[in-house]
Amino acid sequence: MSASSLAKAVVDGILTGGVYALMAAGLTLIFGVMDIINIAQGALIVLGAYMSYVLSVHLGIDLFVGLIITIPAFFVLGVAIEWAFMRRLREQDRTAMSILVTYAVAIIIEGLLSVIFGVDYLQLRASYVDSTFHILGFYLPYIYVFGFLLAIGLLGVLYWILYRTHFGRGVRGSLQNRTAAELIGVNVNRVRAVSVGIGVAVTAAGGMVFGATNAFNPSSGYDLISRLLSIVILAGLGSIAGALVAALFMVTLEDVVAVVWSPVWATLVYYASLIVVLSFRPGGLFGSAAVRAQ
Amino acid sequence: MRLRPPARALLVATAVAILGVFPLIFSSPTSTSIAVFTLIFMVAACAWNMFAGSSGYIALGHAVYFGCGAYTLTLLANHLGFAAGWGVFALVPVAGIVAGLIAVPTGLIALRARRHTFVVITIAFMFIFQLAAFNLGFTGGSSGLQPPTPLWSVDTYNLNFYYVTAVVLLATFVLTWLVRRSRFGLQLLSIRDDEERARGLGVRVARVKLSAFVLSAIPVGMVGGIYAYFLGQIFPQFAFDPLFDLSIALMAFIGGLGTLVGPLLGALVLESLQQYFTVQYGSSQAYLIIYGALFLVVVLLLPRGVIPSLEELISRARAEPPEQGPEEPGRTADTIEAVR
Repeated sequence: MSASSLAKAVVDGILTGGVYALMAAGLTLIFGVMDIINIAQGALIVLGAYMSYVLSVHLGIDLFVGLIITIPAFFVLGVAIEWAFMRRLREQDRTAMSILVTYAVAIIIEGLLSVIFGVDYLQLRASYVDSTFHILGFYLPYIYVFGFLLAIGLLGVLYWILYRTHFGRGVRGSLQNRTAAELIGVNVNRVRAVSVGIGVAVTAAGGMVFGATNAFNPSSGYDLISRLLSIVILAGLGSIAGALVAALFMVTLEDVVAVVWSPVWATLVYYASLIVVLSFRPGGLFGSAAVRAQ
Repeated sequence: MRLRPPARALLVATAVAILGVFPLIFSSPTSTSIAVFTLIFMVAACAWNMFAGSSGYIALGHAVYFGCGAYTLTLLANHLGFAAGWGVFALVPVAGIVAGLIAVPTGLIALRARRHTFVVITIAFMFIFQLAAFNLGFTGGSSGLQPPTPLWSVDTYNLNFYYVTAVVLLATFVLTWLVRRSRFGLQLLSIRDDEERARGLGVRVARVKLSAFVLSAIPVGMVGGIYAYFLGQIFPQFAFDPLFDLSIALMAFIGGLGTLVGPLLGALVLESLQQYFTVQYGSSQAYLIIYGALFLVVVLLLPRGVIPSLEELISRARAEPPEQGPEEPGRTADTIEAVR
């Protein structure tokens, strides 16, 4: 283990962590507003990667330009999923049912992708995916930096929507107390639909960056969702700022463990830290009091 | 369904008889092989439902116990030098016990949490065990392990496995039935309905939950062992399969979560369909679409599962004609008996 490989692990972890933060923010937003864990988030990210693949290979559209098409498309998809499945669940057994319903959505997506594209691994290609630059004694593809900047930009947009718009106030109100928000005139159904739309829309961008930095196939979603779930549960469900911190921390920790110990055991840090933290703080590190009380 | 005892006994006897003669009538290797897989999933769904259906804790990590059973049987058979044949079946209960032992610490940790967090911790355990199976030395890593293969003819091979699994299924069903009738079963149901109140009323919540969790892991471990022996090989991604967790939960949900017969029915339909599709079309992926779509349809149209929805229909049909009044005392007596 050299200082350079450790530095590479940290830089790599922070850059990748930014993208995970974006994807985790979407997951935790959906949870906060809907009280639903969207297991399909992983499959949606993979779907996003395939959409970018189709646009870039078959239509020759640049990966980042393609997002102008895929992000709105995924927003609509999210609203449709909310309308078709999530809205119809009854309040009393929502926890259990929502996990199973979104799991079912995930395997339908996985099935469709395997039938259409097969199960071979693909990776997104572009000039900035293949070319690298030199920093701190190692080489890094440009896509890591571009992906990180994209994630930061979209998180900024998310922040602006949530904290600077009237709609965002409704979302935050619904996060804190659904009934009270409804009583003061927030259209909770609309807030929920749009929040799920936003939560799904970010997976289009996350999927593109994931697909450019990793080889993926239709079942890559399991790996992603288990990491993202660990991140958002560790942070405390519903806490967006917590998800950002936890994503950066966990992904960096994973990369460092891969260098210091062994790459095959690196993902263990997610599950192990999840179990350790929850044994002492069942609500997660930044969980709100309301979530903890449930 | 609250059938009268003679009708219920008749129903059970018919089911057992069908279970007994099925492979003799449909004796082609294809159908008996499908039947063995179906029985394995019926056991798993039934056992899972005993814990998750009664307590309301949706565990999505029972693949841990399935995989542990599979590896226990394979490792013991290989290292203790078991000759291929009937002797290896003696290891099936051992596989169940090991799975039960592993369920104690994992259950202790997972059951500290509730709702979403509980579900996610069980999923996390599943991935930890899969990771361990891939990377520990003694599991053979991604190339997997081979238990000894018995030299039976194709027909007897499937038949032997069929009847062994059928015995495990009967035992599991009797176990869930006994649990349902017992005080312990009622305590579990009270936890599902209101855990705080159950605790207030003196139910030892933690102990009851953990016992049910461990009890439900044992049959899953046993069929895990049978599965490994039947296939003749075991790989980490099939022993610890996230789809297994989802499958048994879907089976229980489609049949009716928390009912005695529902999970059996769900497993019977779903697993035989899936195996049929795989055999017929050789497609291992297309069934995912059908699987997911079927589940969504059931959730949206019959949110409580097939059996409870049928029950509702029947009781509504029964309630309609007024001359059905005399039925009521019998039903009340039944209910009292059930509560007692």
